Amino acid sequence: MSDEIRLGVFLGFGMITLVSGAVVALARTIIYSVFALLFTFFGVAGLYVLLHADFLAATQVMIYVGGILVLLLFGVMLTHKIATVQLRSASMQRGPAALICGGLLALLLYVIFKTPWPVKELGPATPTVQRIGRYLMTDYLLAFEVISVLLFAVLVGAALMARRETNR
Amino acid sequence: MIPLQGYLVIAAVLFVLGLFCVMTRRNAVTILMGIELILNSANVNFIAFARYCAPDIQGHVFAIFVIIMAAAEAAIALAIVLNLYKRINSIDVDEVDMMRG
Amino acid sequence: MATNMPADMVTSLVLILLLPLAGFAIQMFFGTRLPRKGDWLSTGLIGISLVLGIVMFIRTLGVFDAGYARQVHWPWIDIGGFRVGMGILFDNLTAVMLMVVGIVSFLVHLFSIGYLHGDVRYSRYFGYLGIFSFSMLGLVLCDNLLALYVFWELVGLSSYLLIGHWFEKKSASDAAKKAFLTTRIGDVGMFIGIMILYAKLGTFRFDEIFAAVADGEIGGSLLTWAGVGLFCGAIGKSAQFPLHVWLPDAMEGPTPVSALIHAATMVAAGVYMVGRLFLLFTPEALLVIAYIGLITAVMAASIAIVQTDIKKALAYSTISQLGYMITALGVGGYTAGLFHLMTHAFFKALLFLGSGSVIHAVHSQEMPDMGGLRKKMPVTFWTFLVATLAISGVPGLSGFFSKDMILGASLAFGMEHSSHLIIFLLLLVTAGVTAFYMFRVVFLTFLGRPRDEERYAHAHESPAVMTIPLTVLAVLAVGSAWGGWFQALVVKPELGQYRTAAVAPAVPGGEHGEAHAGEHHEAVHDETTIPDALHADPEGHETHVAGGDHADHGAAHRAHQIAMITSILAAGLGILLAWLFYGRRLFSAETVRRRLAAVHLLLSKKYYFDEIYAVGVVGTTLWVSRAARAFDTHVVDGAVNGTAWRARGFSWFIGLFDNTVIDGMVNGVAGTVTAWGRQFRRIQTGKIQNYLLGLVAVALILAFVRLVRGF
Repeated sequence: MSDEIRLGVFLGFGMITLVSGAVVALARTIIYSVFALLFTFFGVAGLYVLLHADFLAATQVMIYVGGILVLLLFGVMLTHKIATVQLRSASMQRGPAALICGGLLALLLYVIFKTPWPVKELGPATPTVQRIGRYLMTDYLLAFEVISVLLFAVLVGAALMARRETNR
Repeated sequence: MIPLQGYLVIAAVLFVLGLFCVMTRRNAVTILMGIELILNSANVNFIAFARYCAPDIQGHVFAIFVIIMAAAEAAIALAIVLNLYKRINSIDVDEVDMMRG
Repeated sequence: MATNMPADMVTSLVLILLLPLAGFAIQMFFGTRLPRKGDWLSTGLIGISLVLGIVMFIRTLGVFDAGYARQVHWPWIDIGGFRVGMGILFDNLTAVMLMVVGIVSFLVHLFSIGYLHGDVRYSRYFGYLGIFSFSMLGLVLCDNLLALYVFWELVGLSSYLLIGHWFEKKSASDAAKKAFLTTRIGDVGMFIGIMILYAKLGTFRFDEIFAAVADGEIGGSLLTWAGVGLFCGAIGKSAQFPLHVWLPDAMEGPTPVSALIHAATMVAAGVYMVGRLFLLFTPEALLVIAYIGLITAVMAASIAIVQTDIKKALAYSTISQLGYMITALGVGGYTAGLFHLMTHAFFKALLFLGSGSVIHAVHSQEMPDMGGLRKKMPVTFWTFLVATLAISGVPGLSGFFSKDMILGASLAFGMEHSSHLIIFLLLLVTAGVTAFYMFRVVFLTFLGRPRDEERYAHAHESPAVMTIPLTVLAVLAVGSAWGGWFQALVVKPELGQYRTAAVAPAVPGGEHGEAHAGEHHEAVHDETTIPDALHADPEGHETHVAGGDHADHGAAHRAHQIAMITSILAAGLGILLAWLFYGRRLFSAETVRRRLAAVHLLLSKKYYFDEIYAVGVVGTTLWVSRAARAFDTHVVDGAVNGTAWRARGFSWFIGLFDNTVIDGMVNGVAGTVTAWGRQFRRIQTGKIQNYLLGLVAVALILAFVRLVRGF
């Protein structure tokens, strides 16, 4: 792929990500936010592909789009009387928040463009799955196990909490 | 050639958008979405640094952990939200002040 | 075999595959908004696909080489050590299947325009037909087991969608579920078979698997089990005993769907799969295949005699004919089985479409409501009669050639192993029975006097869009088998051609196909893992070894002649009986029914398969779940409750200590904290976002301070 095409694709995915991210943050209707989030996730997955993170891109689509987004949709559907109440999301302290966030963005951009990043020579794209698997089973084994315990606890906890309380 | 800064800028903007979402929304589910944006922006940074600066792809491993955390967080948070809705019939975080002194 | 397919061939094959899928996508999204709800679009796309398929077919005819095969293979999934490719395999068998699927699918599209005119979900119906055609074409084009499995499930899905097309009817939605679940049972076996092969050989590609089998990398009982597992998929999909119960119920779907999916193409997928993977099956696996097919053929034919619903009768006929093909493959009649697959596709699709035309005219599926329709619907009658003659095996029609080959193959097998002669005898009886029940259908539907005057009065010939497909199929039912091109092009593959030259066959157990296994038989005999079933008759085995190739050829020829004569006799006898019963009414069917009341009940209850499954499978499942629940409430809960009871006693003591000593201290601390807290609560708004805002603000201020001051 030539550099121009690559740049074009990058800009495309970047625009998808940012525009839909802005919709998530600013839209007044929750359903819009949720569906915009879908596009944000896809945009980010596209960026992963450009960064040669094939496995991460697949995981992003599967877990975020397939799992988390569906959970969020369920959250919206189950907690709103869709027929009666408008799915509006009120806001608060927008002014101060915009000020602070703008300041933060300025700070981050300053840091990004002032820091001399130690960029290395870029290699060709190689499949990452095997290497990630090796890391998970060697260097990061403890973290891997701990997070599996965490997931188990979450599973039990979520089931317990969401359960309908029968007799107390 | 896309510079590293390109990805960092996208991540930064995404982070700020997420933060803004978390700060201003009253609806608990929307706040969760803001958090997801923040986590995604962090992941973009991880992957970008793994590609441009790090010797190998440890960054990917961290990103995977972040995704797992996000999934866990979404599950628990939504369970809480559902409970909340059952109790006070609203998921407006303003109205959740039972623990207020 | 590497990639050796010309680029233009790849393009047209991919087009053949993707055009129906495009039709599906367009119908799903825009179908209802198109003029005429888009039926012309779907039909046109499958038509283009068919034209390309015919071009490809003519191309192979031009080459006219039995060993013709072109393959193209691309890498698809590459995860760590797991590499899977995707590719197209195009040989003579594929060419024939492409043409058969294309023709039947196109004609069914055309027929449906008339049959489903004004249906509620008209465009969706055509969309489903599109995805079915796509998956069926993919099934015959793919070159590896994984893709085969994927398309296999896809045809199952589209079958489910189409059976349940009128899902408002409970019987239709139940039938759809039953079809899906029953075939799934077989698919599990197929998946196990695929996984055995992958685990042992590390590849899904047909050619690589055959090469491994030829080189003896896998053999013996493992290969047998892999073969039996794969055949389980065919049992489910091709409605073989004991998983045949879904196919009669599947007749709840629209009749053109029954013609396309449940008669001509999808149910033949199992036969196609066994044929495609023929080299994998060990003699033991082939024996299992032969007998499963035989049981199916005989059983279904006997049930078909007593059916009064015209579609049900045809459904059991289909099951019986599929059993025929499976038996043919099982006895080593590779060409015969696949030949019958092709001829059956044409005449059975014609029978179903003809019955659809009848149902369209009289609005009933019950044959007692029909009769005498010959005058009202001449085209339907004559085409239906042609198909009936073909399925009965009347000389000159396509069904005769293929059925004759199957009988010849089974007789040759029986002459070789005389203990298996019963296969031939039962198939012969079935051939007679088939002729009988098919002519019973013809007599009851089209001849005699109309039994329901009112329906008869309203009956009318179907529009041209429905009769044209009937006519085309009738021509194919007559002539598709002429010229011997099929026998010349689709011949039994030899394992030897896949053998990599350097490696000698280490395990003769990998050899199969009775006809050419001769020189290895001595070694096979020593193999302890192979049961004696095949060699139950040492004499037949000896003659075979002694006779060699020449005598084998002569015997096959003789077998063929005997089979031809007896099959004509059987068919004639069946037709004669049907005429005597239902034409001349010389014998009364009613009397026979009363005399043989028990047999009739058994047959009309379809050997009580549904009831047995209801008690056996569903009942057992319920019983096991109840037992599990009882275990749970009594044993598991008992243990938990016991533990809890002891824990409660202990906690009571702790609680006493806790209340007096610890709480005293805690309360003291708490009092102090409360006093402070009263003061601090003023800045606690309780809104987390206020805190977050403050947090970020402070962080920001600190960062700016650091930037400005630079410390």
